[in-house]
Amino acid sequence: MSQVPPAHPPKISLKNVHKAFGPKVVLNGIDLEVGRGESLVVIGGSGTGKSVMLKCILGLLSPDSGSIRVDGEETTKLRPREREKLLHKFGMLFQGAALFDSLKVWENVAFGLIQGEHMPRAKAKDIAIAKMGAVGLGPEVGELFPSELSGGMQKRVGLARAIADEPEIIFFDEPTTGLDPIMADVINELIVKCVKDLGATAVTITHDMASARKIADRVAMIYQGRIIWTGHANDIDNSGNPYVDQFVHGRGEGPIKMQVRAL
Amino acid sequence: MGFLAATGRAFLIFLEATGKLAMFTGAALSHCVRPPFYPRQILRQMIDIGYYSLPVVGLTALFTGMVLALQSYSGFSRFQAEGAIATVVALSVTRELGPVLGGLMVAGRIGAAMAAEIGTMRVTEQIDALSTLSTNPFKYLVAPRLIAGLAMLPLLVLVADIIGVFGGFLVGVYRLDFNPASYIGRTWEFLEPIDVISGLVKAAVFGFMVSLMGCYHGYHSRGGAQGVGAATTNAVVSASILILVWNYLITGIFFSTK
Repeated sequence: MSQVPPAHPPKISLKNVHKAFGPKVVLNGIDLEVGRGESLVVIGGSGTGKSVMLKCILGLLSPDSGSIRVDGEETTKLRPREREKLLHKFGMLFQGAALFDSLKVWENVAFGLIQGEHMPRAKAKDIAIAKMGAVGLGPEVGELFPSELSGGMQKRVGLARAIADEPEIIFFDEPTTGLDPIMADVINELIVKCVKDLGATAVTITHDMASARKIADRVAMIYQGRIIWTGHANDIDNSGNPYVDQFVHGRGEGPIKMQVRAL
Repeated sequence: MGFLAATGRAFLIFLEATGKLAMFTGAALSHCVRPPFYPRQILRQMIDIGYYSLPVVGLTALFTGMVLALQSYSGFSRFQAEGAIATVVALSVTRELGPVLGGLMVAGRIGAAMAAEIGTMRVTEQIDALSTLSTNPFKYLVAPRLIAGLAMLPLLVLVADIIGVFGGFLVGVYRLDFNPASYIGRTWEFLEPIDVISGLVKAAVFGFMVSLMGCYHGYHSRGGAQGVGAATTNAVVSASILILVWNYLITGIFFSTK
């Protein structure tokens, strides 16, 4: 659906990004482009560098070399203040939801509005309750604390928080991990809906193929710190790439050997 | 050669840790004085450090004052110096025992809690989440704790001073049969402002150290529950040692006669 108009630079572009922790090379020359309004799903096994890639784009980690551009603007050398401004464009749903457990649910959802954009609390609460409605949570949930919610509900709150200040780019870090298949599908549906409603650019990392098929416009596969295949979501079953085939069909035998050590 | 290599490695690790701590401290201090500030967070920490530590610090001070009176009575009576007890209690509590024991108790209570809370936030990605919500974790988490530690410990120690002297008074009057009026008179007679002030300066430094160690170890914790546990231990141990070292240094600055 999303051919990038040539006049616009890609929303996110990574060129030859490297990142190593000590002797352990995690990103080994990542090249990736995400078009405006596109939903890209990055698939790959555990410990192949998916999360590190997202954290490099956000600036939570700084890459050793290479270029990361957002809206055509180089971001690897940003000063902290400029970085904070840039992060206004981003929202992120973390794997474990990463809700602030000392704050009520509505305060979590409104956090970016109150602290980041200095909105009055009452107004932010109204927006938070509206956003919670968008992910199927009633206003009474807002008065609870995150520890009182189930895993699926926490994911919903995390999603509401990620979309609360209407970001241009949303990252989803393994959004369905740890959920039952029904709740996983509910979350997938919500992700698709929220991204559409916002018209946002989305990058999801996952190893859940059902989720990937549902969310993706385009799919990229990461293996040993490189993007080894990208293609349209419909082409994933006949990619002609043995690595992708093995991953998509979940075979133990194939060119991919399991890593023993975590990153 | 193996011995030299091991020594060198240990020295390099020490230098690296020192540099990391210095940079953390510098960054944290610079965020303490630059807006935006988070008054809600500062207030929350102040209540936690100042108000909820009162029972622990108060009890510590009370029994310290009581035991001081008892001990110095049994010691001083050997050379008929019982009259100096009130002065000894007042000087010891305000100069040394109030700030040091108060600081150590707060290190156990607050330093551990800070390291555990921030460490858990680190391993559950809540600190990363702060950044993605355009909130600087140094400003939101670290600066309020440092400010609260620095501000509240002197107040806490001031209360501890009063309770400690009162503990000595209780033992002196009800157990050792001193005249209440003369005990109080003796307490004031040789007490100078510098005794109390030096104790409060110590308290401010100790409060800063406790918060700094709690935040530093929590912020750099790694790898799940075990990592948070290690961070908590390190926070308490390093804060306690820093308190004892700085206690000596500050005493030297205030009272060295040479």
